[in-house]
Amino acid sequence: MTSATAGRVRRTTARVRRTGRLRRTALPYLLLLPALLMELLIHLIPMVMGILMSFRQLTQFVIRHWSRAPWTGFDNYSLAVDVNAPVGADLLRSFLTTCQFTLLSVGLCWLIGTSAAVFMQDTFRGRGVLRALFLVPYALPVYAAVITWGFMFQRDNGLVNHVLHDQLGMSGEHTFWLLGDNSFWALLIVSVWKGWPFAFLIVMAALQNIPKELYEAAALDGAGTWQQIRRITLPSIGPVNQVLVLVLFLWTFNDFNTPFVLFGKSAPQAADLISIHIYQASFVTWNFGTGSAMSVLLLLFLLLVTALYLLVTSRGRSKADA
Amino acid sequence: MPEARRRSPLAPARSFQVVRAVFLTLLTGFVVLPVYVMITSSLKPLKDVAGAFHWIPSGLTVRPYADIWHTVPLAKYFVNSLIVAGSATAASVVIAVFAAYAVSRYHFRGKRLFTVTVLSTQMFPGILFLLPLFLIFVNVGNATGIALYGSRAGLILAYLTFSLPFSIWMLIGYFDSVPRDLDEAATVDGCGPLGALFRVVVPAAVPGIVAVAVYSFMTAWGEVLFASVMTNQQTRTLAVGLQGYSTQNDVYWNQIMAASLVVSVPVVAGFLLLQRYLVAGLTAGAVK
Repeated sequence: MTSATAGRVRRTTARVRRTGRLRRTALPYLLLLPALLMELLIHLIPMVMGILMSFRQLTQFVIRHWSRAPWTGFDNYSLAVDVNAPVGADLLRSFLTTCQFTLLSVGLCWLIGTSAAVFMQDTFRGRGVLRALFLVPYALPVYAAVITWGFMFQRDNGLVNHVLHDQLGMSGEHTFWLLGDNSFWALLIVSVWKGWPFAFLIVMAALQNIPKELYEAAALDGAGTWQQIRRITLPSIGPVNQVLVLVLFLWTFNDFNTPFVLFGKSAPQAADLISIHIYQASFVTWNFGTGSAMSVLLLLFLLLVTALYLLVTSRGRSKADA
Repeated sequence: MPEARRRSPLAPARSFQVVRAVFLTLLTGFVVLPVYVMITSSLKPLKDVAGAFHWIPSGLTVRPYADIWHTVPLAKYFVNSLIVAGSATAASVVIAVFAAYAVSRYHFRGKRLFTVTVLSTQMFPGILFLLPLFLIFVNVGNATGIALYGSRAGLILAYLTFSLPFSIWMLIGYFDSVPRDLDEAATVDGCGPLGALFRVVVPAAVPGIVAVAVYSFMTAWGEVLFASVMTNQQTRTLAVGLQGYSTQNDVYWNQIMAASLVVSVPVVAGFLLLQRYLVAGLTAGAVK
């Protein structure tokens, strides 16, 4: 090292040391500043407002001056949870429908996604094409995909009735799929069609991290394919599955786009998911205060479920580590 | 052939191959069905899609592809969607790069609070923010004359509610996987922290940044809730505009399908081109 470079290095390190202290304290905050401002504007202020609004009687007449609307304490909440009155009974029904729908949809998405990922773990002819094809439902814009399903579920000119009734001859009458009880199943099919590729993507990524040697050793020990899947593949993706299931749960529970495009502003009772229900309370029947109270209750429920889930899964994991 | 030798002890059982073939065939049918309906119906004359469904179109026509631009101002909606989704993506990626770098490389007071807040806002339902944001926009408009409600700027802001936390969260994971020694070396070589970020960390994390951008863009392109409340005639996006093909008398299903296909092709093509990055990004960010 020449003395000139040594001198430059010494000068640089001295400068780094001098300004280092200030940098260490102020710099991260400066870097965070845009994010903090945005978080404040798009998350924190709206959330505080939402909570404040849930304590007021807000209708379309006072909405533009919402802070002057009459303060009603917990009235909106008691209205929302009073299951003996129409509002509370409807909310409870919508909540239970959403729970049922979410459990089925997440279960099926997970099952189909995991199976597809496991089946496509090793190479075979056409694997690349299939993989790209399977990602199409995920890549299609929600409304384009859901509108197409809506077309397929049309009573008179849809594919579903054409196949079920005209081609397979199941019952003479054409069925309503987007009205009445069947709408639950129509929504579920669309939701699973759209949702499973995400599970497929995540599980596939997790499978890539399993060392090939494990399978080779198992095969040499005489374990068959199915045994390898049960003993190696499935246990290896356990931790990833925990995150995956939580994410799928939150997305499905909060999903607004799918039912809204399929049914419009008011879904049939059997498919009246909670997001649509709150939207309707707020923007169709103009009870913004009640709508806000329902939103806050939904948020509390989701926080509770997430906390419980994380508690249970992290306990399971630390037990496994021990 | 090393490939064959490596796979031979792993050659799957016969029963596995049969189940796999059946499963993948059924699944392919399920996946392709709506795509088939979308493509064939978009090429049918109106009387064909108005009547009972037919697997094989009785006559093919490209008329719907010409008509979609006149029935509704599709080109305008297209531009609106492009501006809104593009700006929301750019804004959230830029803001997230700085924030994620701070979280990944520095220790500071409130770091945990920040990451927990970002993580938890990801699970909040959009409906929770819809009404307050709507009111904020209306009130800001009344007080200052800045029209946020109904404007593209307002919609871009609203889209940050879901794209920003996701971007920050994913990029933290991705930046963590870039070795610290690299940017420390750059700092010693005379780069400032920003120099280290832009010359070392960002280039090394390009796949993660692309993944985040692709995901943000796709989500914004397909968003319906905010778009249907917060837009007007002029700023309407594709998500809302596509409803215009149903009139009181007729539902132009062939045009709806043609328009759906036209608005899907750019995102699907972009996604399939960049999906490697997305998979890599999801692995680094979400799986770890």
